[in-house]
Amino acid sequence: MKKILAIMLVAVLSMAAVFANGASESATVSTDGSTSMEKVILSLAEQYMADNPNVNVTYNPTGSGTGITAALEGRCDIGLSSRALKDDEVASGLTQTIVALDGICVIVNADNPVSDLSIEQIAGLFNGTITNWSEVGGNDAPVVAIGREAGSGTRDGFESITGTEDACVYSQELTSTGAVITAVSQNPGAIGYASLASNLESVKALTVEGVEATEETVKSGEYQIQRPFVFATLSSTPLSAEAQAFFDYAVSAEAAPIIAAAGAVPVAE
Amino acid sequence: MNLKDFIAQKGYKDNPRRLMEDVIHLVFLVLGLVAVGSVLVITIYLVISGLPAIFKIGPIEFLFGTRWASTAAEPAFGILPFILTSIYGTAGAIIIGVPIGFFAAVFLAKMAPRRIREFMELCIGVLAGIPSVVYGLVGMTILVPGIRILFGVPDGATLFAAIIVLAVMILPSVINVSLTALQAVPQEYEEASLALGATSTETYFRVTVPAAKSGIFTAIVLGIGRAIGEAMAIMMVAGNVANMPSLFKSVRFLTTAVASEMSYSSGLQREALFSIALVLFLFIMIINAILNVLKTGGKKE
Repeated sequence: MKKILAIMLVAVLSMAAVFANGASESATVSTDGSTSMEKVILSLAEQYMADNPNVNVTYNPTGSGTGITAALEGRCDIGLSSRALKDDEVASGLTQTIVALDGICVIVNADNPVSDLSIEQIAGLFNGTITNWSEVGGNDAPVVAIGREAGSGTRDGFESITGTEDACVYSQELTSTGAVITAVSQNPGAIGYASLASNLESVKALTVEGVEATEETVKSGEYQIQRPFVFATLSSTPLSAEAQAFFDYAVSAEAAPIIAAAGAVPVAE
Repeated sequence: MNLKDFIAQKGYKDNPRRLMEDVIHLVFLVLGLVAVGSVLVITIYLVISGLPAIFKIGPIEFLFGTRWASTAAEPAFGILPFILTSIYGTAGAIIIGVPIGFFAAVFLAKMAPRRIREFMELCIGVLAGIPSVVYGLVGMTILVPGIRILFGVPDGATLFAAIIVLAVMILPSVINVSLTALQAVPQEYEEASLALGATSTETYFRVTVPAAKSGIFTAIVLGIGRAIGEAMAIMMVAGNVANMPSLFKSVRFLTTAVASEMSYSSGLQREALFSIALVLFLFIMIINAILNVLKTGGKKE
């Protein structure tokens, strides 16, 4: 038994030596908040850390509300919120900076004759008050609502904008945008939602209140199913030099292609 | 005891080969402990991370609650729909898959001409090797639309689709294990039966199959184990809505409940997912226990 212990000890110590080498001194920029912004913030962080090897950008996926509170209490440098800050949050001492916009397309099967819906109709189709496409000018076919899993940022965004939180009657809850698009492309009665940046060739993206979802209409605010990705920072206390540098990078035109590649609409020109 | 005494006592100085022998034993012991250690770590981890949420939610409410809304403003964490779906889905797969697998095994073991048998065994081998995501993909693109058109339901992603996929997935293990059991029956049994005037079909079903009974039960339990633990394939065909199970409704299994929400989960939701995993783990432990009883029972005969 002693022998075993000795060998195990050696193994553990050598592992510790290997891992200890990995950590070196670096400045940390901490971000905390919205899970919807995960892809955007991680892409930005990855590129930024590649350019500035001595800076470590961390991301804690907790949710917009938690991220805002964390920023307010100084537990992180930058709070991430996928909704605009409320007036009382701004009043409590936070500044919001919109980094990007997130447009969500409403998609139907390519054979569906319906091409335009109002937000109210979309909400009805998803919450089960409209069960047949003929009620919104389509074929006599049952409505099949296809959405994302609970906790998904796209679902959260879609439901909060259309006012259908916790009220959607889904036929399928799928775990990726690609799966939603595939399911919608195969069912003539299907309706689903997907991020603007995804490949929507096999389905039909609807115009909402007559406005087509494009980068321009999202930016101008004409397309309504959209939400801002916000950096929340303390108004009174300036950011640390490293955090400010990352912040400036994220809102710069230089970061715009990275934000676009991560599926959001950058606001920097 | 210090090292010197230890070496002296073991007599390593006089006998270096014994030292070698002991070192090798130790290496093998450590390697063996990797498997044991993994099981222990997983079990302990699951229990530690799964139990708190059960008590926070309340065991009765958790196990028998019929509503799952993990991210709602007023969250509900009832997993009865998942438990029932897993049971119904597995039962359905067994009802469809076992007869097919069993008769295929009888055919292969006793009736098939050599060429056909070799070809079919090859096919079954391939079927066993297909990754579950491929089953899911084919199910999603062919089975789900097929069910929608064939049965006239609004959406084909249903419990029924999952049952079909699972039934096909358990076929290889059911066939292979039953086949081995049937082939292990001593030929004298069959010869005696034939000599008494029974036809060959009578012999297979009255003599060979009863003699291979415990092996065939093992095959069924293995099938249950495979079906209840499958996640990827059924996540793609079952629709994943936390409904109470019904044949043509979108459903969520215990496995898919964990898999589908894990990536963005937080707080109590995440803890509850571990609790679901713990429940699933208990189910699989029970199945393994049954399997062990069957196996030892088979040996005694």
